[in-house]
Amino acid sequence: MALLDINKLTKNFGGLVALNNFDLHLEQGALVGLIGPNGAGKTTVFNLLSGFYQPSGGEIIFDGKNLKGKHPHQITKMGMARTFQNIRLFGNLSVLDNVKIAYQSVVNYGLLPAFLRIPPFSRREEQIEKAALNFLEIFDLRKYAGEKARNLPYGEQRRLEITRALATNPRLLLLDEPAAGMNPQETHELLSLVRRIRDEFKLTIILIEHDMSLVMGLCERVLVLDYGSLIAEGSPKEIQQNPRVIEAYLGDEEVAVWEE
Amino acid sequence: MILKKYSTSITICLALALFFTIVQLGISGGLISGYWVTNLYLMGINIILAASLNLINGFTGEFSLGHAGFMAVGAFTGGIVTANLGLPFPLAVAAGMLAAAIAGVIVGLPTLRLRGDYLAIATLGFGEIVRVVLMNIDYVGGASGLMGIPEVVSWPVIFISVVLSLLLIRNFICSSHGRACLAVRENDVAAQMMGVNITYYKVLAFVIGAALAGLAGVLYAHYYSIIQPKEFSFMLTFDVLVMVMVGGLGSLTGSVVGAVLLTIASAFLQAIPELRMVLYAVLLIAAAVFRPQGLFGEKEVTLQTFKRWGGVFSGLAGHKQAD
Repeated sequence: MALLDINKLTKNFGGLVALNNFDLHLEQGALVGLIGPNGAGKTTVFNLLSGFYQPSGGEIIFDGKNLKGKHPHQITKMGMARTFQNIRLFGNLSVLDNVKIAYQSVVNYGLLPAFLRIPPFSRREEQIEKAALNFLEIFDLRKYAGEKARNLPYGEQRRLEITRALATNPRLLLLDEPAAGMNPQETHELLSLVRRIRDEFKLTIILIEHDMSLVMGLCERVLVLDYGSLIAEGSPKEIQQNPRVIEAYLGDEEVAVWEE
Repeated sequence: MILKKYSTSITICLALALFFTIVQLGISGGLISGYWVTNLYLMGINIILAASLNLINGFTGEFSLGHAGFMAVGAFTGGIVTANLGLPFPLAVAAGMLAAAIAGVIVGLPTLRLRGDYLAIATLGFGEIVRVVLMNIDYVGGASGLMGIPEVVSWPVIFISVVLSLLLIRNFICSSHGRACLAVRENDVAAQMMGVNITYYKVLAFVIGAALAGLAGVLYAHYYSIIQPKEFSFMLTFDVLVMVMVGGLGSLTGSVVGAVLLTIASAFLQAIPELRMVLYAVLLIAAAVFRPQGLFGEKEVTLQTFKRWGGVFSGLAGHKQAD
């Protein structure tokens, strides 16, 4: 059974069609790239998947369940996690607390144990702390555990955001332009990080990215959106040579000349 | 080993017991004048109000101005239980807190979808509605107020209420539920993606804050014996807001210090009430301009802080390094 089935997904904002009849079927363990010019509707796909938008048409079946009417926090519990184009950390909280919050949907306890500090409060808190520190260790962020998240260097903030998303124990991970604003060195590190998490956590990943070297180096399959419609789908090589993709990115020379 | 594990709690308990005894002796020995006893009780009530408002405005990042309303709900419910129904004081506490909590749910559910200014206006409206409605209910005495409430509030009652309220808020904030509230404040979109039900936590913080404001109201009613709706005006909310802002949004220690400082200040300014509001306004503006994070920012003063200070001082004395 496919992990994700998107059928004829459509989103309108008033008269603007942000996404039009978008189809995507993902098997467990796939790593696909979603590319396209600015405003093509890539982030709209993520916002629909994670429940921040409700579709105008079509359906999303995740892990056998329809996501219609589900809130973002419910979708997270079902096993989907995402990062954001503009980093959204809990800036004034410690790096450790940023990861601890992810356990909200995995390990938790009632209000009464919290107020009175009775079991299972201490046991669960220890469990959460141990797991969070372990995650920080894996991603080389342990040394920052007590630091406020906003004081981290840019590249580390990105890594923390991914770490935090993974701590929610997802099966599908949505990465929205993880390499945005990174230098080539950081991008290279990110490349190996994404590969590593897919292999170690057996994740299915959808990646939105503008950095072509990253997309071409990572993804087995690439989808190209333009003006809300899927215009091409295939291996990175096929995509690079597809005339419609080149046109979407560089503009059609003849039309441009004619319009002048 | 066990002693070491609980050493912090034991130290705090001993310090609190000592403080309690000293003040109790001062009151029964007549060393603290009646005027200052009143202000001491007010200080306690204000600490509960400031800390609970801070839970909503500082820790969860919602901007509520309805605290006087919740306090009024608690005060009048408590007053009805003891004065009109003749039931014992503990029942009044339970009923007052419950009524304020229910009011919190009723106000919170629809309004917490609003953000920032809109929430402030909606909760402000709630406070005014409570006041005006109470003025028009004859059962609670209308505008002249509810009278004959037994004066059962004493130093032990105030002290225990303050300690338990602060402990409750502290435990809440330092739990996974409190972390969820902080996450809502920091970034509500990311919080949702971490599995936090943001509506639930906004309402929860609001309700806990309201219930504690209700407790403050019950204490207030059972100290003064007469309560009038007009006492629970927006000015009261404003007083509490200044305490929270001066102490620091997101710092419990700050709320305690803010409440103590401003209660003392207003005690000295009792003779010139006009100037008192001017001073409050100036304080609020000064805090916003010069120290927007308040006296304490988001920091807390704990035993660790004192140990650190101790270390610094002994270090200074030993090595004469001023850094």
